[in-house]
Amino acid sequence: MSHADDHQGTRRDFIYYATAGAGAVVTGAAVWPLINQMNPSADVLALSSIRVDISDVEVGTQLTVLWQGKPVFIRARTEEEITAARETDMADLPDKNAENENSVVGADASDVNRALSEDGVWLVQIGICTHLGCVPVGEQGDYGGWYCPCHGSHYDTAGRIRKGPAPRNLLIPVTSFIDETTIQLG
Amino acid sequence: MSGIPHDHYEPKSNLTKGIESRLPIISLLHTTLTAPTPKNLNWMWIWGVVLVFALVLQIVTGVVLAMHYIPQVDMAFQSVERIMRDVNGGMMIRYFHMNGASLFFFAVYMHIFRGLYYGSYKAPREITWIIGMLIYLLMMSAGFMGYVLPWGQMSFHGTAVITGLFGAVPFIGESLQTWVLGAGAVGQPALNRFFSLHYLLPFIIAGLVIVHIWAFHHTGNNNPTGVEVRRGSVEEAKKDTLPFWPYFVIKDLFALAVILTIFMAVVGFMPNYLGDPVNYVPANPLVTPAHIVPEWYFLPFFAILRAFTADVWVVQLVNFISFGIIDAKFFGVLAMFGAIVVMALAPWLDTSSVRSGRFRPMFKWWFALLVVDFIVLMWVGARPTYFPYDWIALIASAYWFAYFLIILPLLGVIEKPLTPPATIEDDFNAHYGPKDGGTATTKAE
Repeated sequence: MSHADDHQGTRRDFIYYATAGAGAVVTGAAVWPLINQMNPSADVLALSSIRVDISDVEVGTQLTVLWQGKPVFIRARTEEEITAARETDMADLPDKNAENENSVVGADASDVNRALSEDGVWLVQIGICTHLGCVPVGEQGDYGGWYCPCHGSHYDTAGRIRKGPAPRNLLIPVTSFIDETTIQLG
Repeated sequence: MSGIPHDHYEPKSNLTKGIESRLPIISLLHTTLTAPTPKNLNWMWIWGVVLVFALVLQIVTGVVLAMHYIPQVDMAFQSVERIMRDVNGGMMIRYFHMNGASLFFFAVYMHIFRGLYYGSYKAPREITWIIGMLIYLLMMSAGFMGYVLPWGQMSFHGTAVITGLFGAVPFIGESLQTWVLGAGAVGQPALNRFFSLHYLLPFIIAGLVIVHIWAFHHTGNNNPTGVEVRRGSVEEAKKDTLPFWPYFVIKDLFALAVILTIFMAVVGFMPNYLGDPVNYVPANPLVTPAHIVPEWYFLPFFAILRAFTADVWVVQLVNFISFGIIDAKFFGVLAMFGAIVVMALAPWLDTSSVRSGRFRPMFKWWFALLVVDFIVLMWVGARPTYFPYDWIALIASAYWFAYFLIILPLLGVIEKPLTPPATIEDDFNAHYGPKDGGTATTKAE
């Protein structure tokens, strides 16, 4: 007769379950560090914020810096670009979310919600196409903003997707002004 | 090891008797090497040996390349250039390894389509087939990670695109992608771990290859007629088979020599023909190449990945019924892996009572179309995504799924197959005439 049929529960049953339980816990405890070691390490995380000097960036130009291995576009926009972005009808936007980590969750994709400064001059965004991760090219495309050469996504002057396969607007990272000429990413 | 009746090894000397009684390794090798093999195998049954050769070639050249390669973002590209210019014979070793991957994938596609045509996946060889599919998946992982290592422009941005696929998984996508890359973007952690895994995977493949061979030695090889070897007695089995050594070893080595002649010509005269010149530009995270194109052997599945855009009604339907959880990007990822899953499920999707395509008049045409479809997908995968290429990719992707999910199950019901020969010996004699001597007298049975 097998011990499993003995509903009383014997000392041997106890040893079976205790061994199996301990085995499961030990296996889990051994496997977890092996999985977790692949997550970003302390030195990688330490680089999670950088400061950028923007005093040399003139209106109508863009500074591209590498932050956490990703290109970040820091653009000083012209009056025309700001006006074009602010006059866009919200109904024309495929992605109506601001995609801005600095604004409240669910904020709409109006230009005011995406620009870093209130006057709308500074626009800071991660330069990775939300389709398959290529780097878009500036001042190109049907909307005068950014254009991704890989699969033809057009972004407007506020970095919002307007045409093509990309599902989302260019993402805006956590950014803040330290002083007039320095911004901090992350 | 073999399920087909055969003569067993009898140790004769004291030494072999002594070894056999302690570790039966001689009989294991003997059984493996003299496995009864259907004597009507045609030239499509050579790719297994080519694949074993390719695996060994990749491991040997790979191990020596790893003696010179440096998996560090600032030095990886230079270390590969150093291999090409300064390491003794390094250029040829790297060219063998680079083109060895193409040989490997060419052979595996021939091997897979051989199996699909002759019904090698059907009972009782389902496990052989599934293990083969696992090997193919591991080959793709190893091939992809190997392509990252030279750290050229295509390595870098191709990695960004492919690891971006993990990011498409709903809810956990972003943390999954970060876990795979070890950082927010492609960089040092990714390069380092891909090097480690690229070194590991071929050995796992080698282990699975042994299980693959074990499985089909137990069931016996399929053959062009799909008729099973008779197993009533050793004598009966011998009428249908010949021992692997020496008959098939010689045949396979001859085929390998022909294929290697072509391979050597490619390695010697056009080593970069199959590669993308953009990968000789060092990786630059700030600039993406105009066209991101994977190596040729990934193109069919890359085409399927890109084919399902948000304006396709199936994608919209799935998006709607999944409450928006499955968007176009994730749908593409599912379609790409699904394309391999449906192939792995072929043993259970094919309802025909006849194994070999040779005796299936309707199946032949649909299969031919599948081969064309595969080539079309490979072609369109390297094209841009606008009209008419988007439509070609979509139709070709749809046919891939239709073949496995609709045509294979339905054909078994609709089609009236021809009658295969009663035995392998009959098929053999019909081609070559009965042998003179005693063995040609089996017609009576």
